[in-house]
Amino acid sequence: MANLVEEIQNELRALRQTALNTVHRTHKAKMVDFGGWDMPVEYGGLIREHMAVRTGVGLFDVSHMGDIQLRGPGSLAAVQRLLMNDASKLETGQAHYSAMLYEDGTFVDDVVLHKLSENDFLIVINAGTREKDVQWIRRQIGAMPGVHINDFSDYYTQLAIQGPKAEATLQKLTSTNLSEIRNYWFKWGQVCGCHNVMIARTGYTGEDGFEIYIPSDAPTSSRVWGEVLAAGEEFGILPCGLGSRNTLRLESAMALYGHEISDEINVFEAGLGRYCKLDKGTDFVGSAALRKIEAEGGPKRKLVGLEMVERGIGRDGYAVCSPDGARIGVVTSGSPAPFVKKNIAMAYVPVSYSTLDTELAVEVRGALVKAKVVATPFYKKPKKTSDT
Amino acid sequence: MAYSAAYKYTKTHEWVCVEGLAGSVGITDYAQSSLGDIVFVELPKIGDKVQAGKNFGSVESVKAVSDLYAPVSGTVTEINEALNSAPETINADANLTWLYKFDVADAGELTSLATLLDASAYETFVSEETGH
Repeated sequence: MANLVEEIQNELRALRQTALNTVHRTHKAKMVDFGGWDMPVEYGGLIREHMAVRTGVGLFDVSHMGDIQLRGPGSLAAVQRLLMNDASKLETGQAHYSAMLYEDGTFVDDVVLHKLSENDFLIVINAGTREKDVQWIRRQIGAMPGVHINDFSDYYTQLAIQGPKAEATLQKLTSTNLSEIRNYWFKWGQVCGCHNVMIARTGYTGEDGFEIYIPSDAPTSSRVWGEVLAAGEEFGILPCGLGSRNTLRLESAMALYGHEISDEINVFEAGLGRYCKLDKGTDFVGSAALRKIEAEGGPKRKLVGLEMVERGIGRDGYAVCSPDGARIGVVTSGSPAPFVKKNIAMAYVPVSYSTLDTELAVEVRGALVKAKVVATPFYKKPKKTSDT
Repeated sequence: MAYSAAYKYTKTHEWVCVEGLAGSVGITDYAQSSLGDIVFVELPKIGDKVQAGKNFGSVESVKAVSDLYAPVSGTVTEINEALNSAPETINADANLTWLYKFDVADAGELTSLATLLDASAYETFVSEETGH
């Protein structure tokens, strides 16, 4: 009996692996525990991986993300109740950014919602919050009529091909005309011989790119991984880990659950009001609280971008201070930014300190280091110039 | 990566090379490899008294910051200022990239060298720490 208990405990402690785990280890990736998953943080140089995505193309295994399908005649009503954005505006083949909220307007998770067809939606959720999210979804909409909730998270290997050369790379592996897929739209097509692969022009890098959803068996996953790397070779493709995924999304000022958004931060504080449709015609979980916050004059603190003015790196959790040293806020994510070549951070500060060029300081290991409020995103991808 | 037999090593992953009553200090190849791309080094100042086992500066990669501890007590005589503009030199060759040079506090300090790890003991220590 004691052995059995121990066995179960070991099982619970064991890190989850994606179908590409062996491949990552063959690439000699540095592996870390990310939300209970054994994931590659880098393959041999975070900065090189970051630059490959900004200037060429990079390949990420993001199979740890969860995939929840809502289908049935009641699915639109369920999605409208569950998520803050207005899903009635989506056309089949279109996706948008959205979030699940608690009753008080703070975040359960941020998601990308895809409309697969009428009465059929796919919600892509974060890895670290997967169990919590699934339970939340069942609790909020499980009793609504005509909606079936399916957790397909383990059915897909999700690959992100990101960078200005992502389209040229992936186009070699599919007959689907990728140039016809607009940003945040998707198509079904054949990729590397796999049928009915969802090819979405989405990503988390601030760069052009695609996310593809292929069968999650190890042989198919590693074959497609290898074929994408071979197709991108002429563009200097690199396999990229979670380290560069984080610096890329930070340069682009995209939120990360547990950092910029959490169960202690509401939609307006996070600056995500544009994805929150209080006027969509139906109430959703959190809408009442957000209306009240809006009526009371909006949030008291705001998420801002910071650039370190003096030498020093403000990191996650460091205190943000007024120039005279009073603690007024906290850094949610901070890092050297490999492409913009500055030390940047996102932080919550009182609204009165949130205007551009406000001088602040970050408490870096006991010392006040000057910083200033700057516009976000820190990096914006260049506009497409005709056909180059 | 082979660790130089001429150096001594700390469990906090610094190396020290002492010749006579002068020495130099760097971080080990294992340290640079665990940190990843190094972007920032905080060095002591010339004339600073460093104390064995005590913090003298820090090294930062994109992902993390790590404190540095002096292997041997002494007075800083020279710092590697090139690292301010090219900290990535440490990634390229941690074994040969010194952070500061120092004069050993007194000859008695040299006995403390015996408490540090030699190359093979350090290698064993690292392999135990990484579990392979």
